[in-house]
Amino acid sequence: MSSIISVRDLSKTYASGFQALKSIDLDIRRGEIFALLGPNGAGKTTLISIVCGIVNPSEGAVMVDGHDIVTDYRAARAMIGLVPQELTTDAFETVWATVSFSRGLFGKKKNPAHIAKVLKDLSLLDKKDDMIRTLSGGMKRRVLIAKALSHEPRILFLDEPTAGVDVELRKDMWDIVRSLRASGVTIILTTHYIEEAEEMADRIGIINNGEIILVEDKAELMRKLGQKQLKLELKKKLDAVPGELAAHRLTLNGDGSELIYTYDTQGERTGITALLDDLNRTGIGFRDLHTTQSSLEDIFVGLVRQGK
Amino acid sequence: MNLRAVNAIYTFEMARTGRTLMQSIVSPVLSTSLYFVVFGAAIGSRITEIEGVSYGSFIVPGLIMMMLLTQSVANASFGIYFPRFTGTIYELLSAPVSFYEIVLGYVGAAATKSIVLGLIILATSGLFVPLQIAHPAWMLAFLVLTAVTFSLLGFIIGIWADGFEKLQIVPLLVITPLTFLGGSFYSISVLPPLWQTVTLFNPVVYLISGFRWAFFEIADVSVAVSLGMTMLFLVTCLATVWWIFRTGYRLKN
Repeated sequence: MSSIISVRDLSKTYASGFQALKSIDLDIRRGEIFALLGPNGAGKTTLISIVCGIVNPSEGAVMVDGHDIVTDYRAARAMIGLVPQELTTDAFETVWATVSFSRGLFGKKKNPAHIAKVLKDLSLLDKKDDMIRTLSGGMKRRVLIAKALSHEPRILFLDEPTAGVDVELRKDMWDIVRSLRASGVTIILTTHYIEEAEEMADRIGIINNGEIILVEDKAELMRKLGQKQLKLELKKKLDAVPGELAAHRLTLNGDGSELIYTYDTQGERTGITALLDDLNRTGIGFRDLHTTQSSLEDIFVGLVRQGK
Repeated sequence: MNLRAVNAIYTFEMARTGRTLMQSIVSPVLSTSLYFVVFGAAIGSRITEIEGVSYGSFIVPGLIMMMLLTQSVANASFGIYFPRFTGTIYELLSAPVSFYEIVLGYVGAAATKSIVLGLIILATSGLFVPLQIAHPAWMLAFLVLTAVTFSLLGFIIGIWADGFEKLQIVPLLVITPLTFLGGSFYSISVLPPLWQTVTLFNPVVYLISGFRWAFFEIADVSVAVSLGMTMLFLVTCLATVWWIFRTGYRLKN
């Protein structure tokens, strides 16, 4: 599959001496939804800012659909829409004026029908003549999204799009993201809400301390790193894991009512059969059993801890 | 060239003037009228003619220049500083526009505003004193050149400033004194010889002198020198702006 953005050996050291990015390589595939995860200060926003032209890179190169972002910035930037993390909007302009301004700035011919459609999709149409400063925070976020979509970008960056956003807007936004993707737009998002990445993304990249730790298909990542737990609800509480079962490396929950067995879904044998046999032999009865799979959040926390 | 972007920025900035009509047009016109009342009518009646021109008329070019300089700097610096302050500059930086398109939009709008203002003040002054313009084309040329040059200077200040205080400092502490000392209200020939020499280091002298020549054909320095100095200042500002965008100074780091 061809990559629409390719980042090579990209580094950024700020004037303060802080090294935000350390020699990053990353490829974004055409038409995918790519989620970039990482703790605060990991370099997510710096990476996006460099690709969009807001921050100058210290070293390295970025190509957007074959256009170098420095030497061929016009072609590169014309393809990109950016929704920034902060609610940075004009104050005294109307919604319609600011969104139309964005379209003009990106060199697109006036198209009131398109602007109206974008506003309608974001439930902003009835606010089009309102001054931006009179809008609520959630509405301002919608305005920022409308501005980014006003010039029909082929690549959309969403930097923490759902931070401090109500449920309704989140739903609207994901509807828009899905329909954009269906029309072939590539979407790169950063988020703190890992459930969102889990739900929306095709691939996931994890960045920490300015380094890309991992890039993987979401399904593959979940499969590879996902651990399953088998929980056995006991008939009688235990004080400790019985010695006969030591080989299975079981743990006991807080009040001794559950035995927990952790196993790797990738392993050739899960070891469940042997465990159940041994339980039978020791005469420990259980009332119920259920399995849980680790979420992306667990995987993420695990990886970031490892990196430290 | 991304003409649509230039147009978008220009229109956006002009719309800002429209919203702040009182502040943008009415207040400079009012303060200029006050100068006429005080200097032209009250004090001017006690001053004899300067080189054959009545004092009231003599100060017209200087007054217009003074407004032109302060308004160009104020408009252009605020125009670019405000997006930096609110953070909306991200959009400008991520747009497919080159630095000269950004400059054309912002400086073009600020200069337009000042030129219109200058002409309004010129018309207003016609209500107070008799006016003659010996070289209307040159008058316009100096008006436009000065408006563009000082809008560029304002643009630079708007990028350099990292607070509203700094935004005010240059107009208050540099532009206003230089204008007052640059011969807005007097001919520098009335100064003692030493101060005449010192005054020649003040760039505003050349602007006012050239502008006044276009009205009355009287000048402190030759017109060619005035024009040359104005162009030199223009080129210096352009070079500074070019450097700002090449290095990303205060914009991209």
